[in-house]
Amino acid sequence: MQASRSLLPVVVFAVLYAAVSLTVTNSYYQLVLTLVPVWAIFGLSWNLLSGYTGLISFGHAAFFGIGAYATALGQIYFDLPPWVSIPIAALLGGIAGLAIGFPTFRLQGHYFALAMLAYPLAILYVFEWLGFQEITLPIKRESPIAYMQFGDPRIYTLLALAMLFGTILLTQLIERSRFGMALLAIKQNEAAAEAAGINTLAWKLRAIALSGAIAGAIGGFYAVVLLVVTPQSVFGMLVSAQALTVAMFGGVGTVWGPVIGSVILIPLAEILNAEAGSRLPGIQGVIFGLAIICVILLAPEGLFWKIRDLLRKRPVLSAPASRTAHDPSVVIALPSRAVSRDRSSEPADVILEVRHLSRSFGGLKAVQDVSFRLRRNDILGIIGPNGAGKTTLFNLLNGFLLPDAGEVLIDGRDMSGRKPHELCEAGIGRTFQIMRPFLRMSISDNVVVGAYVRAKNDTEAGKLAADAIARVGLSEIAGRLAGELTTKELRLMELARALAGQPRILLLDETLAGLGHDEANEVVTVIQRLARDGMTIAVIEHTMQAMVRLVDSFLVLDHGAVIVEGEPEAVTRDARVIEAYLGKKWVAYAPH
Amino acid sequence: MTQALEGFLQALAAGLLIGAVYGLMCVGLGLIFGVMRVINFAHGDFMMLGMYAVFYLFTAFGIQAAFGNTVGPFVAILLAGPLLAVFGYAIHLALISRVSGTRTASLEGEGHYAQLILTLGIALVLQNGGLIVFGSVLASIRTPLSSSAWELGPFFDISIFINRARGVDAILSLVTMTLLTLLITRSRLGKSLRAAADNPTAATYMGIDVDRAHRIAFALGTGITAVAGGLLATNYPFHPFVGLEYVIVMYAGVVLGGMGSIIGAFWGGMTIGLVQQMSTLVLPTQLQNAAIFVVFLLIIFFRPQGFFGRMVERT
Repeated sequence: MQASRSLLPVVVFAVLYAAVSLTVTNSYYQLVLTLVPVWAIFGLSWNLLSGYTGLISFGHAAFFGIGAYATALGQIYFDLPPWVSIPIAALLGGIAGLAIGFPTFRLQGHYFALAMLAYPLAILYVFEWLGFQEITLPIKRESPIAYMQFGDPRIYTLLALAMLFGTILLTQLIERSRFGMALLAIKQNEAAAEAAGINTLAWKLRAIALSGAIAGAIGGFYAVVLLVVTPQSVFGMLVSAQALTVAMFGGVGTVWGPVIGSVILIPLAEILNAEAGSRLPGIQGVIFGLAIICVILLAPEGLFWKIRDLLRKRPVLSAPASRTAHDPSVVIALPSRAVSRDRSSEPADVILEVRHLSRSFGGLKAVQDVSFRLRRNDILGIIGPNGAGKTTLFNLLNGFLLPDAGEVLIDGRDMSGRKPHELCEAGIGRTFQIMRPFLRMSISDNVVVGAYVRAKNDTEAGKLAADAIARVGLSEIAGRLAGELTTKELRLMELARALAGQPRILLLDETLAGLGHDEANEVVTVIQRLARDGMTIAVIEHTMQAMVRLVDSFLVLDHGAVIVEGEPEAVTRDARVIEAYLGKKWVAYAPH
Repeated sequence: MTQALEGFLQALAAGLLIGAVYGLMCVGLGLIFGVMRVINFAHGDFMMLGMYAVFYLFTAFGIQAAFGNTVGPFVAILLAGPLLAVFGYAIHLALISRVSGTRTASLEGEGHYAQLILTLGIALVLQNGGLIVFGSVLASIRTPLSSSAWELGPFFDISIFINRARGVDAILSLVTMTLLTLLITRSRLGKSLRAAADNPTAATYMGIDVDRAHRIAFALGTGITAVAGGLLATNYPFHPFVGLEYVIVMYAGVVLGGMGSIIGAFWGGMTIGLVQQMSTLVLPTQLQNAAIFVVFLLIIFFRPQGFFGRMVERT
């Protein structure tokens, strides 16, 4: 049902577009009509990688150009008709995607973007040097259809439209599948995605291979339509910019964005060029540029999102302040009403054991020689002043960091040095100090991302997600967008995302940060309920009052080392703990 | 043998001279990137504007008449710097500040998408507007220096020729670089720039107006690159789309030096100049630029933090 609902606008668009293009007889305007879907497809190819994963590529011309040259040279040297060479171009584009992606994905953020810039330009100079400054596809009068050399230019438009139709459907399919969810998860927070059990490198490689294949195919088609290929026209920076521009103008990370961008910008540019180009050379560039500047100032995420937000009439909240500053006056309260859970008296089995774990950054010993055991159904509170190494410890436990020394045993098996998604599969789930929800996605969709590590298919993932949402008590508002939630609801949603992967050990990093007293109590109740249902939990927290009621035992860190370990009652009275938190002069006030 | 050595030394000298100017060019961009973390795609076009500013100041505003052909261009260059700095200040005030600095907190991906496409838009307007205003004919600034050379040597039958204009360009570039370094390290302004770059939030708490620091960095970066552009213009003809050719060199240099390091950007640009000139010894001229990109990619893979950068990891 969902599929048919999203199919309808695509079909309507395709039919309308075909109808319009069939009535146009002027061959120049027909060319413009052919180029609109061409650039839309190229924009979609860019969007598939950069829009969904957030890794901005300045180098999509590399794939486009490889496709264009493969098709042109294939026809010149091997007499290959485009029907054969365009699929080959797609294949080459996909291979180029893997070849480029594999080394380049090690880079992040700006480095990735800039490295991508270099590929097409390096190839450009190589092609110039090889002597392919300008190659023309030979005219095949004897078999025009086999060589896609149609007398009627409308056929090109229809062909391009058919390819666009296919690309849109493919993108929609990906958007809804675990593929799309994995890419979105990478975009919101790559680290969190790894922690949720997603093998990010594998998904990114799939995305760039597919993206490269689409770009290669459309590059090949572009060569067939224009009949002339030059290095600048297919590898040039303006080609990469074209993909970026149509996608960003229309809307990033949505199937309609590049289509909208292309439908508006390409005719605008071409018509301006035809009308005023002779008197004012470059006028289309100026108008184009001005249009981009205006849109970006008024709708920085593209037209599609702006229009959608306007239609919804509900302003999407800006991201909640990631983290409030810590209250420096940490209150060490006595456990007044420690809730003791029913715990079997026989010694429970150890499911997580940490032995002599150490990690330093340069000269700073962030974690030194930390050992502890976590028994099934335990709640362990990890406390300590800022910079004590608490989050680093978690990062070591779930594989973000490799330990310099020591072991992490899960069910007796040494898992230290494994990747985060492997540790997630082994049963470690975690939440983050800094929340990075995907604001335009519903709670359900946010949580589903976490379920894929266990689920075999999309239905099962949905079921696991619904179950996790129910466990944190958000079922009633599961359809709401994350951007409309309060901090407490976001914290619970994060908890649900970690739960959806069915972990056995849950690492909670300051889940109560930024919450008011009553809200914190609600979240504490949820955590207590999880523990009662058999979850093993390690929690980092600053608010001692909440912790004392929650945990079975404390691990107190200072300067990366364990200073005390034990029952809450004992730990809160310990002079060393008070000293670490409040300084020496308060030790005198400690109850002896 | 002697000939090969002579060729090598000649290429080395040419690389050092052009590298000094590339270095200054990269410093302009590096300053902006280092302080603001904004990828400015229009920077090459700002440089193009700088070249034309020098051209018109020199020919149309009487500098040629007043100072003559030898000194005149350099006077025009020194005037073009502040002129473009004002332009950069205005561009930041009107456009860039809307999608960067303290306002971006609420934007997805910290507003990187918006910054990229905005500067792309600015680049398109400048390039094509330049085409309308300046025309597509190659422009050049002729000085008698560019057609004469100093001869170093001969040492053991080897002479190295240094183009006088390039020599003067390199010296002026080094002087500008030194002045900038002093400004950044010694002055109160420099301190506030460095603080804003290092930790914008903390800088705000210390009473530094981060948005103003960004604006100054943007203006300064634009002015510096305009000076570098003017220096280049005394040797190389230019056109409204020349920015595209250099923006890649600038980014390569900035990444090589380590993003965020200003002195690093200078050495990065210097390296690019050397690679470009030295590669002519072994590669055909058309592959000069391909060599730059290959070196760029190698460095980015094996030392992504650059020569002078440091990696900062945050969860």
